Amino acid sequence: MGKSRDIIAYLQAAPLMAVLLAFLVVPIGMIVVVSFWGATEFSIYPAFQFDNYAFLFGSPVTYKVFFATFKYAFITWIFTLSIGFTVAYFLAFHVRTQAMQTALFLLCTIPFLTSNIIRMISWIPFLGRNGIANQTLISWGLIDEPLEWLLYSDFSVILAFVHLYTLFMVVPIFNTMMRIDKSLIEAAYDNGATGLQTLWHVIVPLTKPGIMIGTIFVVTLVMGDFITVRFMSGSQKANVGRLISNDIALLQYPSAAATAVVLLCTVLIVIGVLLRFVNIRKEL
Amino acid sequence: MSKMRYSRRTVLKGGAAVAAASTLAAPMVWAQEIKDITLRQFGTGVSNLNDVATKVKEDLGFNLEMTALDSDSVTQRAATQPDSFDVADIEYWICKKVWPTGNLQAMDTSKIANYDKIVGTFRSGKLTPESVIAQGTAPHTVGFVEGPGGKTFADNETGWMTLIPTIYNADTLGIRPDLIGRPIESWTELLNPEFKGKASILDISSIGIMDMAMVCEAMGEIQYGDKGNMTKEEIDKTFAIFTEAKQNGQFRAFWKSFDESVNLMASGEVVIQSMWSPAITAVKSRGIPCVYQPLKEGYRSWGGGLGLSSSLSGMELDAAYEYINWYLSGWVGGYLMRQGYYSAVPETSKEFMSANEWGYWFEGKPATDVITSPTGDQLAKAGDVRDGGSFTERMGAVACWNSVMDENQYMVRKWNEFIAA
Repeated sequence: MGKSRDIIAYLQAAPLMAVLLAFLVVPIGMIVVVSFWGATEFSIYPAFQFDNYAFLFGSPVTYKVFFATFKYAFITWIFTLSIGFTVAYFLAFHVRTQAMQTALFLLCTIPFLTSNIIRMISWIPFLGRNGIANQTLISWGLIDEPLEWLLYSDFSVILAFVHLYTLFMVVPIFNTMMRIDKSLIEAAYDNGATGLQTLWHVIVPLTKPGIMIGTIFVVTLVMGDFITVRFMSGSQKANVGRLISNDIALLQYPSAAATAVVLLCTVLIVIGVLLRFVNIRKEL
Repeated sequence: MSKMRYSRRTVLKGGAAVAAASTLAAPMVWAQEIKDITLRQFGTGVSNLNDVATKVKEDLGFNLEMTALDSDSVTQRAATQPDSFDVADIEYWICKKVWPTGNLQAMDTSKIANYDKIVGTFRSGKLTPESVIAQGTAPHTVGFVEGPGGKTFADNETGWMTLIPTIYNADTLGIRPDLIGRPIESWTELLNPEFKGKASILDISSIGIMDMAMVCEAMGEIQYGDKGNMTKEEIDKTFAIFTEAKQNGQFRAFWKSFDESVNLMASGEVVIQSMWSPAITAVKSRGIPCVYQPLKEGYRSWGGGLGLSSSLSGMELDAAYEYINWYLSGWVGGYLMRQGYYSAVPETSKEFMSANEWGYWFEGKPATDVITSPTGDQLAKAGDVRDGGSFTERMGAVACWNSVMDENQYMVRKWNEFIAA
């Protein structure tokens, strides 16, 4: 009886297994294999050499670019977290009726009905030298000269990231906040805790799994991005994704694969560290 | 089915020979089956025009499917996905890169009706008998192979062409005269601190490096042996100069696609940048002044052509030859020349242009009437003269061709570093 139950369980898991194997494990395996291959101008040839990695780790550009990638991820994380937490807190605790909550939540998602790229590119005319932002500031008399750093800078890259990914923070945090037992908060107040104390000692700890899930979303999205950095920096800045995309564009697949492997490992390490703080499975 | 195809193909063979003999004024009446043929063409945006596909359907009866990609993607696709296309509309430097993969097949010039009328640049390499051949991947150096299946390029007209030339131009810097307000005469102006934060170059390494070289040479900083085939040392020096400029904030942005260059210029983010001729046209057609500035050091030139996929055979192959013959027969040439490009067989294009258009675009004469683009936008008014003058003045002042170098991989890595710097 027990045996046949096992088999049935395995069979039930088999389709998912097959899908993951075919579309996740095998492609990643291929990337790892190709990262050891060699490349000529127009083709790649099987080999087992460490040239790609040697070049990668030997170039100061790699470290610079990885640093830039972490910088983008970290700053974006700070902003998406503070904005996301505030929005979720407002929705969960200040909006009283559930109908209103749902309505406001849907409102948050409306911009996300358009394409990622469009939301990003629409910043360009807005922030440009003769864009709306600069013209408005000049007409208000706040500045005399257009601000150059509004566009094609780290500022614009991070602005776009925050705009694109804040919702990924709002949703999981809102979700965990909704499941906090309201009586816990009442108990905190009854025991004389101030609003801030309640926030810090009751709500934040209970919201940690949501924060962590949001963090994983944002960090992986930002670290894997290349198109936002390319457009919003006017191709002037680089992150790891752009290194990979440049290599691919120039047919240097093995070198791109090696960079991808290093990036994958880096992201996995980051997630591993994050998961040390909170046991998501237990909390879900 | 296959048998039927075979018989049709034999008929077609005869037809193609007749077509080659005549100048192919009207499309041949083919079997009904021709309507089912679809040729898949891909290439850079410059000549992948929907109007061409429409006209092909009208004149030749078969379908042409177009895909426009940027230069890097085009190279990638030609090199890695030979079955995804029938006709590759690529540049000569891409051909140099892609040809050794064997994904393209050589074309028999005896089947090309207007072969003898193709401009000398693509055959002997000389525009006029006195011309000096410019540096870089000059089209004729990668234009011929010894025979079908040949993997190495031949140095003379062998009768087997790698690409049939279709379109080419001489590129230079684009400027906003209204925002600069003084004459620009040299490539050095790209790095002039006066334009700090208002300059741009293109982020396509194989073309960008040439623009860089033109600038460095004009500044007198580097004397290149061959700009189209630099040594590692020359590459290092070139990037050192540009990296310093980048870190000093000389560049507002780098652009990769045609549209980006248009937007940068039209919005005033940039006042001087590497640019392509139709991008200038696009800026002008918005009513914004923009000049394709001829510079004393000469032009950086490029040429493109049509190549056939090696998997193309039978009826499709015949259709492809038919298409190429049609391409050179004038209509497309006229269309492209009215955008500011040049046709490989200018004399056939002449019939598809008004005397005013021919005078303005090709002969460098003042326009006698309004000049409009093929899509109807006004580009010049009576009395205007084309930037740079006539065909021979412009194509005769080419300093180098777009190219791939022996040290290309090294250059590419350096380019990556430059972007990240």
